[in-house]
Amino acid sequence: MPQRFRHMLGIEPLSAEQIAFLLDQSKSFQDIQRHPLKKLATLRGKTVALAFFEPSTRTRISFATAAARLGADTMNLQAEVSSLRKGESLLDTVRTLDAMKPDCIVMRHSASGAPEFVAGRLEISMINAGDGTHEHPTQALLDALTIRDRKSALMGLNVTILGDILHSRVARSNLHLLGKFGCRFTLCGPAMWLPRELECLGYPVRRVARAEEALEGADVIIVLRVQQERLHEPALPLEEYILLYQLTPKRLGLARPDALVLHPGPMIRGLEIDPAVADGPQSCVLEQVTNGLAVRMALLFLLIGAASADSEDAADAAH
Amino acid sequence: MLHIKNGRVIDPASRTDAALDVLLDGDRITQVGPAAEVALSLAARPAGSLEFIDATGLIVAPGFIDLHCHLREPGDESSETIATGTAAAARGGFTAVCPMPNTKPVNDNASVTRAILERAQAAGSVRVWPIGAASAGSKGEALAEIAAMREAGIVAVSDDGRPIATARLLRHVMDYCRSLDLTVIDHCEDASLVAGAVMREGRQSVRLGLQSMPAAAESIAVARDIQVAELTGCRLHVAHLSTRASLELVRAARQRGLPVTCEVTPHHFTLTDEDVGYDTRFKMNPPLGSREDREALLAGLADGTVDAIATDHAPHEPALKDVEFDRAPFGVTGFETALSLALELVHRNALKLPRLVELFTTGPARVLGIPRTIAAGEPADLTLFSVDHTWTFRAAESASRSRNTPFDGRSFRGAPMVTIVGGRVVFRR
Repeated sequence: MPQRFRHMLGIEPLSAEQIAFLLDQSKSFQDIQRHPLKKLATLRGKTVALAFFEPSTRTRISFATAAARLGADTMNLQAEVSSLRKGESLLDTVRTLDAMKPDCIVMRHSASGAPEFVAGRLEISMINAGDGTHEHPTQALLDALTIRDRKSALMGLNVTILGDILHSRVARSNLHLLGKFGCRFTLCGPAMWLPRELECLGYPVRRVARAEEALEGADVIIVLRVQQERLHEPALPLEEYILLYQLTPKRLGLARPDALVLHPGPMIRGLEIDPAVADGPQSCVLEQVTNGLAVRMALLFLLIGAASADSEDAADAAH
Repeated sequence: MLHIKNGRVIDPASRTDAALDVLLDGDRITQVGPAAEVALSLAARPAGSLEFIDATGLIVAPGFIDLHCHLREPGDESSETIATGTAAAARGGFTAVCPMPNTKPVNDNASVTRAILERAQAAGSVRVWPIGAASAGSKGEALAEIAAMREAGIVAVSDDGRPIATARLLRHVMDYCRSLDLTVIDHCEDASLVAGAVMREGRQSVRLGLQSMPAAAESIAVARDIQVAELTGCRLHVAHLSTRASLELVRAARQRGLPVTCEVTPHHFTLTDEDVGYDTRFKMNPPLGSREDREALLAGLADGTVDAIATDHAPHEPALKDVEFDRAPFGVTGFETALSLALELVHRNALKLPRLVELFTTGPARVLGIPRTIAAGEPADLTLFSVDHTWTFRAAESASRSRNTPFDGRSFRGAPMVTIVGGRVVFRR
């Protein structure tokens, strides 16, 4: 079933059917990444505004590249040079951007709900590129695409998420996405970042304090970054984190032999992950990055491409 | 003279609930009695100007008192002024409102208190009974000029907006206020647990990814305050109590005979954290609690543990609230919807009507240590309301300067109909 999308604010409100459609659409954009000539003309004449109110390199470049490969132009707004520093409100800043008539806005912001707030006040399509500790929908989509490629299906997998779950928008979006496909979750990390309420989101979740226990039988391991820059007062000594939660080859050995290791990046070797695991055969880290382009191209195409986007058009566009 | 005919007088102080007429002369009540008696004494009087209000089908109650509001003047007149705030209060059936001292400048000395009272006088609507700061600038260090403010007209002290900073300061304030016969009102929260939080901790905060405070952030402070009240013997009033644990602490303190009272806001007894999204009209402090908390508050309202319904009317001009949830100031407006929200409880049998009247009248009066009753010689402050009048609240039509209410567009059964202050009708629906 073709699906229409006006915004992409989060995974939570999407149905499994809509998500499956997005992943199918993304598949057709994967091939382009391997093609010697990567540029399409599908979105020629369209403009994608990148409004990043929080520092980001990877996600911003991924969206900019996705737009470029579809033939769209981009407008770049970065927090460092924006008028927010001068005290302008978010709404006024985005309205100014909107007045330059882009076709959609890709927004990252440190406040949870900021893209939803703006989407409710402007006519333009909005893509959430990560909002505070709420959601990061394109990350979850690219993770799912990566898992589906290697495991052929998402249904019923045992997924272990390792790290600071409470403050992770990646964890939330992955819970919503994989949860809708019947995955079972084991959440593991320091107890203060593992609130009981995670069990009340509507998915089968168990909280485990010991990494060894959490990794046993895992099909997929999502390693979260240790976010040293925010929200962690009082801080936990990093040595403690490494001691208990670093994904080492020994710990990985407790998971299924074919378990996948995902990491949303940026990855700090020797902190949350042992270099041997990061570079090992089970690691999907670089595939995730490539799949990020496919997912974001598919999304841009569906949001601002042909007015009556359906799967046929998308497939044509991709070939 | 003003003759209020055919109403149902509910006066908790005299345990009256009967069809009675009320006669006002100037700024005083002169007679309360059966229609025939009042008619007789009217006939015996020399002719003069006589007006009447037909209160058929209405409840005639002592004038409502709101123990907790923010009128924003001086200092933030683009959000509210004493004139617009008191006009909104009159529309809500309130005859007296107690503005918190967190204005700019802070009401921590007699000249600010007098300025507020002068503005209120000029506005000519409902009575304004200011609450003075407990500490200078509400900074939590030195004491404010409490005795001088008392002479000027404050009715209680509080550092509302923030808690009275330390147990040591609270002890000094309470010792002093006991000697001045003033109630100390505290905004109870443990600052370290609240820092950075924008809503209550629970399933919804985890879902939304918003920084949250646990319910214990309030009850930890309530426990501290109760013990200092016991130490000093001063009257303690817990502002906008919002959790089950805090209520249990107040209930236990009362059972031990301590002079501890509390108030609950309409938004806390109506909404829960499940109602919070990224709409900043649902952002206030204390934040909306769990369903369990709301059930506890409803029980406390019904059984007498809660002394007063207070609005915590906290206007913020639209531009301040039209931002990301994290950046929005805390607070919602509340004057015009308070009674109607309380009547929702009456309609679903969660609250008896005389008890509702008590929560708006004798309850808050007792907190301040003043009488409130409908009797000859008392001030002619009355609130007439309908239990059945249906209407829809539109924030755009509010008398307040601000629009930050979660109840815009809500339809109600029951409304304030006439507000009388000092014998003058200041609002009539």
